[in-house]
Amino acid sequence: MTRGCNAERPIQTDAPWPATGLAGGAPSTQRERENPRVLEIENLRIEFETGAQPVPVLDGVSLDIGSGETVCLVGESGSGKTVTALAIARLLPCPPARYAGGRILVNRRDALRMSARELRTIRGRVVSYVFQDPAVALNPVLRAGAQVLETLALHRPEAAHTDEVISLLRWVGIPAPELRIRDYPHQLSGGMQQRLMLAMALASHPRLLVADEPTTALDVTVQAQILELLRALRRQLNMSILLITHNLGLVGEIADRVVVLYAGQIIEEAPARELLSHPRHPYTRALMKSVPELGRDVPRLEAIPGSVPRLGDWPAGCRFHPRCPVARPGCSREAPALASVAPHQRVRCPFWDHAP
Amino acid sequence: MSLLSVRSLSVRFPVLRSWWRARALFVHAVDDVSFELAAGETVGLVGESGCGKTTLGRAVVRLIEPTAGAIEFGGIDLASLRPGQLRPVRRRLQMIFQDPYGSLNPCLTVEQIIGEALDIHGLARTREALRARVGFLLDHVGLAPADARRYPREFSGGQRQRIGIARALAAEPQLIVCDEPVSALDVSVQAQIVNLLHDLQREHGLAYLFIAHDLALIEHLSRRILVMYLGRVVEAGDTKMICRTPAHPYTQALISAVPRLDPVANRRRIVLTGEVPSPITPPSGCGFHPRCPIAEPRCGREVPALREIASGRWAACHLAWGGNRMATTGGVV
Repeated sequence: MTRGCNAERPIQTDAPWPATGLAGGAPSTQRERENPRVLEIENLRIEFETGAQPVPVLDGVSLDIGSGETVCLVGESGSGKTVTALAIARLLPCPPARYAGGRILVNRRDALRMSARELRTIRGRVVSYVFQDPAVALNPVLRAGAQVLETLALHRPEAAHTDEVISLLRWVGIPAPELRIRDYPHQLSGGMQQRLMLAMALASHPRLLVADEPTTALDVTVQAQILELLRALRRQLNMSILLITHNLGLVGEIADRVVVLYAGQIIEEAPARELLSHPRHPYTRALMKSVPELGRDVPRLEAIPGSVPRLGDWPAGCRFHPRCPVARPGCSREAPALASVAPHQRVRCPFWDHAP
Repeated sequence: MSLLSVRSLSVRFPVLRSWWRARALFVHAVDDVSFELAAGETVGLVGESGCGKTTLGRAVVRLIEPTAGAIEFGGIDLASLRPGQLRPVRRRLQMIFQDPYGSLNPCLTVEQIIGEALDIHGLARTREALRARVGFLLDHVGLAPADARRYPREFSGGQRQRIGIARALAAEPQLIVCDEPVSALDVSVQAQIVNLLHDLQREHGLAYLFIAHDLALIEHLSRRILVMYLGRVVEAGDTKMICRTPAHPYTQALISAVPRLDPVANRRRIVLTGEVPSPITPPSGCGFHPRCPIAEPRCGREVPALREIASGRWAACHLAWGGNRMATTGGVV
């Protein structure tokens, strides 16, 4: 089963990595050409069972990621973006989390129906994760090299040796990797720790990298380095990336497509360029106007009133209506559907074409 | 005359690397920084983590003791004052902190938190006066006077930051040091706080020393900026000019690294190699030379002084303008 899973991946495990054998990375099998989607989430609903009442966290989220595609999932705290990310490999602890409905197709197989044994074949091998705070995600009492080696031993035992660790570290841009493998995480800077996380995530040659706010804890110049690295990865490995961020600015830097979440729902989905030049949903528009931008001279920022609704305290009707600049009386009663407004473009607002 | 005048301010912290080592090592968090701030003005302080911007901000309020240099505030040298003499000056010099969760005492009500500042400075004689003043301040920052009896945990991040601002305003300061006041807030709430700070400044003639890592935010709020790297000011001057044509290679890289919303912004991206060196063992010469794309041999030997490269613009680089014209081409169009 494991081998079968491996055979579908464009990355050849016996090829020398990362120097050769990875460039191009065109879909190699018949089945992939027919359906190049790495991930399809359909109508996913997740609840947290904390008190007497289950609290909905995700409410019918559907998104898919093609082979080699980079999708940005944008949202504020409490919008459900991290929950979506963790749900893909079923990493949410149940309870309190409960998958209340929907499907998560990873490599065309539903992760929600997988046994624990099957899940192990997709975790790491198909879907790898990089988290926001590398200082917390890394094991503080294991040396850098040992942590990467552990991943290799689990997913690619044939490559579990120090040379491979060193080449991985070199590949993610850690200088003098022969020395750094002996370091403990606290001896590395934030940027280096995040590179180490990336090396661990890539050690298993995943098809999909889920990066949850990978640069939020880092400085802008280091953020630029990590983004450059992700771009290189995408180019050389044809890897799909799901990048989760609250920073709309990253969208223009790396994304092919953008999905905007608000209060557990997708409110807008569009190709990156389209979203940045013509945002449709009032929330996306307001968000873009409210952040200052270099070189744009405005006397006053256009703030969005109110604050992000708390979990379980979502407004009735359209969830953005209490803060919306173009809300109408009906918005508080009827929940709008996510409607297609153009090819590859969906908006959850019936008044998307009205000027704000 | 300027309200705040910082001259050759240095802050260093001893570090104990190993207990048997005889020679003490120091983190040079702030190294020979000088700047002026006029009443009602905003000066932005920008730089990456570890560059010393927070230490500088705290040293100005003397929450951290400066090692050397002078901090003149309204004609009084703060650096030489004894703690007891400091209190009346502190009234005119307040601070807003980054973390709206950690900077409010969870066991106190909002009235107690804001009232504490009024108490300490003797600004409310009676309980009624205090209550009225707290209500006024809450209303002033966009909260309801009835919120005074609630606890910080009942508020969202943005509302907590408003409480922090009300506390700073309570003492009727002339200068507020804002240390990353919006970076911990949700994106959609940040603009509210930025606008509030802006309104308060106009209304009360407040001066801000605004510390942030977000260049776009600094550009929006301040006329003049200081760019810090490894404890030193590497570039200073008019914000618009620096953002348009940065002179120091570090500022150029910093500006090019800021992600843009404009998808068609065709710009040269400068991706720096390496990371900020340790301030315990800073590089010789210019602190930026190991990462600098245009460094020359002398950059590793001589420390560049902050020199005036054009009217109202300073840069600490041997090669910026007049040194090497190349250095100026990395700017933003």
